[in-house]
Amino acid sequence: MSEALLDIAGLRVTFAGGTAAVRGTAIAVNRGETHCLVGESGCGKSVSALAVMNLLARGASRSADRLRFAGEDLLSLSDTGMARLRGNRMAMIFQEPMTSLNPAYTVGSQMTEVHRRHKGSSRQVATDRAAEMLARVGITAPGMRLGQFPHQLSGGLRQRVMIAMALMCDPELLIADEPTTALDVTVQAQILRLLAGLQRDLGLAVLLITHDLGIVARVADRVSVMYAGEVVESARTNDLFARPQHPYTRGLLDCVPVPGKIRPGEPLGSIPGVVPRVRAGFQGCGFRDRCAFAMPECAAEVPRHAAGEAHDYLCRLAADWSGLRGAA
Amino acid sequence: MLRFLIRRLIVALLVAATVLTLAFALTRLSGDLAISIAGPNATQQDVELVRKAYGLDRPLIVQFGSWVGRAAVGDFGESYFFKQRVASLIGERMPITVTLGLVGLAIALAISLPLGVLAAAQEGRLADRIVQGITLIGQAMPSFWLGLILMILFGIRLGWLPVSGTGSWQHFVMPGIVLAFTAVPALTRLTRSGMIQALSSDYIRTARAKGLSRLSILLKHALRNAAIPVVAIAAVQLGFMLGGSIVIESVFALHGVGFLAWESIGKNDFPVVQAVVLVLAVIYVGLTLAADLVNAVLDPRLRGQ
Repeated sequence: MSEALLDIAGLRVTFAGGTAAVRGTAIAVNRGETHCLVGESGCGKSVSALAVMNLLARGASRSADRLRFAGEDLLSLSDTGMARLRGNRMAMIFQEPMTSLNPAYTVGSQMTEVHRRHKGSSRQVATDRAAEMLARVGITAPGMRLGQFPHQLSGGLRQRVMIAMALMCDPELLIADEPTTALDVTVQAQILRLLAGLQRDLGLAVLLITHDLGIVARVADRVSVMYAGEVVESARTNDLFARPQHPYTRGLLDCVPVPGKIRPGEPLGSIPGVVPRVRAGFQGCGFRDRCAFAMPECAAEVPRHAAGEAHDYLCRLAADWSGLRGAA
Repeated sequence: MLRFLIRRLIVALLVAATVLTLAFALTRLSGDLAISIAGPNATQQDVELVRKAYGLDRPLIVQFGSWVGRAAVGDFGESYFFKQRVASLIGERMPITVTLGLVGLAIALAISLPLGVLAAAQEGRLADRIVQGITLIGQAMPSFWLGLILMILFGIRLGWLPVSGTGSWQHFVMPGIVLAFTAVPALTRLTRSGMIQALSSDYIRTARAKGLSRLSILLKHALRNAAIPVVAIAAVQLGFMLGGSIVIESVFALHGVGFLAWESIGKNDFPVVQAVVLVLAVIYVGLTLAADLVNAVLDPRLRGQ
């Protein structure tokens, strides 16, 4: 198998207060595929993505065993070297379309500056490119929109502008951090369809962060499930939905109503408790306090099991314990 | 944009009208003007003559009406002490005060904006602490004292700058610096806090995700948003500088409007006092209006409303 476009191993992020937000995350995103990173709020999804982009707030420290993008070692890149990649070959869009654009500048100004910086293009070329990208993300009258300010646009339009802006320089990787969470449901569906279409047409690799398993089922090629700063299970989407291994993944899937599988009157599953705040130096399985199958050994280091091709999970339980399903 | 402008203009006119009334009322409240004009040795008869001659025997409302009517066309009457038209008296002094104020503001901004940006960019680090220390010292330092220190150092010891008077541009350097120092602490702190707030916002994260240079992030994306409160306060500070530079004008013997006001108050020269208060108030209102306009240029959201 050829090298992944984005190859992360042993990524750790610790905040100034001692909270270990990301503890040894490993994710590989292949060219042209959509990789979903799922998990509850506070499990370290966004922090992992920000760490890849080197956009962590001050006070957060990052380390990794391996952090490579398109064969380049991001750990040894200078700030300037990293800035040359960002917005150019790897782009990111965020959860908050209402506040992610600068209120003081027009859409056109904010879109063109990224192209002019990375491609050294003239104002005219950059403006043409911006209009083309706005049309590409389904915005009518792009010429008019270029002259408008963010406050004149709706949330859905702003997210489209963010996507168009992220794609200005034709990146290989797009990191999308819950891009539809702040939007209403009909707009969510439009934006997702747009992202999926762009991903297919442009051959983009997309790292999509979400907590919505419905979205995962629709768009993901691969899924990594995060819990308390670790990837607890990673698999092809079909495989994960068909044969979830980690108790947490199973719990997540039980929380989602699946047509045909759920009987009327039967309560949906839920996972009691909340994601724990894990301090640096924490040992063992992060899920053990909420896990129905927890055993004393779970406090020691947890082995990573393989459960078929390109499917692994972080748990003491042996693969294919489907007999236990009802108990979860 | 036009509606925004008209609304601000109406507010400005209302404020000016209020000040006009207050300026008139205050001089009348300070005692019987006829007695003070006639002087301490005047007889009752002299006072009555003065009262008639200056029209002070008319009802207040009539006096007010005629003063407003003439003030509206720039006629503030004649100074009792200088025996000169008030308008030309102020006209002579105004360039000195305005020059001093503008020099002061320019120096203040040239110091506080870079310091504020630097402190915010280095928040919590050494440079930030130093800047905060400077603002604290600046705040605590009386301006006349700083003026005297500068005079001794640059005027007398080194002989680089003239100590008093208004002959050349060099005369405005030291008073300009002293005046600037009254505004630097507030403007620096405002720039710093505005920048810190801007730098922690989502659009700055976007700018970083776009791979923009650090300079562009600081100066283009953050400063423009941080500048809005700074502009408003800078306008007020310039107003203070124009109206409140009495101390500095007397320390450096600059005979500007502040000095004129001080002289006239002492001499009970009420046409001058009234006119100075009015002119400064109108300038103040004008500055606030100008600040609103600058902010509307900086922040498009203000234009739509």
